[in-house]
Amino acid sequence: MDFDWLFLTEIVFAGLGAGGLYALTGLAFVMIYKATRVVNLAIGEMLMIGAYLCFGLATAMNLPMWLAILVAVIGSGMAGALLERVAIRPMLGESPISVFMVTVGLASILVGVVELIWTSEPRRLPEFMPSAPVMIGEAFVPPKVFYGFLVAATLIAVALAVFRFWRGGVALRATASDQQAAYSMGINVPRVFSLSWTVAAMIAAIAGVIVGAVGGISSTMGVFGLSVLVVVIVGGLDSVLGALVAGLLIGVVESLAGGFLGGEYKLLATFMILIVVLLVRPYGLFGTHEIERL
Amino acid sequence: MRIGTARSSYRHDESLFDSRTQHAWLAVLAVALLGFPFFADEYWLYLACLVAINIASTTGLNILTGYTGLVSLGQAAFMGIGAYTVAALEQKLGTPVLLNLLAGGFVAMLGGLVVGLPSLRVKGLYLAIATIAASVVLHFVFANWHSVTGGHAGITVAPAEILGVSFDTSFRLYWLFVPITALMVLGAANLFRTRIGRAFIAIRDRDISAEVLGIPLLRYKLLSFGLSSFYAGVAGGMWAYFFRVVTPESFPLIMSIFFLAAVIVGGMGTILGAILGAVFMTMVPEALKLIVGWLPLSADATLILSPVRTIVFGALIVGFLVFEPLGLQEIWRRIRRFFHLWPFRA
Repeated sequence: MDFDWLFLTEIVFAGLGAGGLYALTGLAFVMIYKATRVVNLAIGEMLMIGAYLCFGLATAMNLPMWLAILVAVIGSGMAGALLERVAIRPMLGESPISVFMVTVGLASILVGVVELIWTSEPRRLPEFMPSAPVMIGEAFVPPKVFYGFLVAATLIAVALAVFRFWRGGVALRATASDQQAAYSMGINVPRVFSLSWTVAAMIAAIAGVIVGAVGGISSTMGVFGLSVLVVVIVGGLDSVLGALVAGLLIGVVESLAGGFLGGEYKLLATFMILIVVLLVRPYGLFGTHEIERL
Repeated sequence: MRIGTARSSYRHDESLFDSRTQHAWLAVLAVALLGFPFFADEYWLYLACLVAINIASTTGLNILTGYTGLVSLGQAAFMGIGAYTVAALEQKLGTPVLLNLLAGGFVAMLGGLVVGLPSLRVKGLYLAIATIAASVVLHFVFANWHSVTGGHAGITVAPAEILGVSFDTSFRLYWLFVPITALMVLGAANLFRTRIGRAFIAIRDRDISAEVLGIPLLRYKLLSFGLSSFYAGVAGGMWAYFFRVVTPESFPLIMSIFFLAAVIVGGMGTILGAILGAVFMTMVPEALKLIVGWLPLSADATLILSPVRTIVFGALIVGFLVFEPLGLQEIWRRIRRFFHLWPFRA
């Protein structure tokens, strides 16, 4: 029995790297869901917008990479706020399914805009991460994956701390737990909505830049959003912890399926997990079980 | 309800088309449909066939989403099941066309029943995502079950043949597709005059209340899934005869979104809405092609066509949901109401 343990470890590390990005994007998703109860199918496209903004700024305007990323993140945040104000706010009080479809439409618009400006050809982001190989024990980890994971983990930690201690974060959590009560305690709920979309878009943009740096950018990179959707459903739509755990889990499983069975099994494996979780725990691993009353 | 249609019997009250005006317009529509292929050129016949297929599938999705309130993003995958069934039967057994289409419908129905099973436990968006999962799994099956589906290369389908007549042009296929679609739409319209259809509507409005009132939820939700995917299966079968090649990439997720968009744009939960939505969503890309062709652009006109289409597609979904949630059907109703009393009252 000469099982290739080294191969397994390397695959698991790569999976953790991807999982970190899933967790980060899942965090953005959960933030929007908790504050506004919107299931945002456009999260993958928001990621893409961030990556393309960065690409455009870095290549067409020749900005240094750090500035390009910074401006792209701020630009994405503004785009997120705009989307919320124009398309999501008018849907307040409509059925969740209608709002969900609005985000589907938004996703389509964003893809179209990107193809219109940058065409549908795949592009490469300029290199900006250290390229010295990273070894953990004996296992080789691609440097981009390693640093991507570091950035993701740091950002998640910062975001969690911010939502624990910052005033706006507290307002967001208050709105999430009871919108009306939050309103009557003087919290400006519409502004919380704006805030959540802005911050989520900024987080998504950072994730997009990292994803783009690892795998290149194209107008179909919104498919990443599909995996993120699986992550948040498996973790429970309204659970930050769920998004983090499920993000890592899905990342590792996807990587294992890709490594041992072949690339076409990746999506199949994640969606199989999704189906099993839905059958066993319909509200995800850590989601709130909603009780319906007549 | 319009003025001047006093109903004097229960039969009249129950009837699907209850006024003279409606009968007259239906007759006009029938004549128009019969005459259309003799005046239209190949391009318009091609579009007409495509519209017929899309109407069939959209009507099916409307039963599930518009009337029963269960959102599905798997309609294209069910069409895929139908298309593959028809293609495989045609290729391996050479059974008659109408039987193939029916078989496609029933196999898709079985698929729909399996996918519908979680619908009792999960609702709303969780269900929508579960149907995405189903379509991912189905795509995998289409791509990897080589002995039946032919893998990534897919299956080439021979032209449909009934009683020695080969349906190999859009003109001929029109006579096959339009009657089938008309039958299916009529069936759906009648469905909502029966206990089953009413039960669907009750489930949509509040499923727990419906259960309290004695509607077995699992059975009816499954039935709705089954019916909807039957429609998709038959539509997929027609699709196979129309495009004559079926590959795993023929039925992507965006196609399911297209049908859901057609239901929304047309107007959820109305028969007319599904028809209008399907016609509109099929014609818009063609209209765009025309407009982009007219614009004084240089050679890259075709280059911007595809992104513009994507943008318009998304903008239509968002625009209708924000500004006209009841869809085209509501616009149509307003126009009709205006003309009811028209020269006498504005």
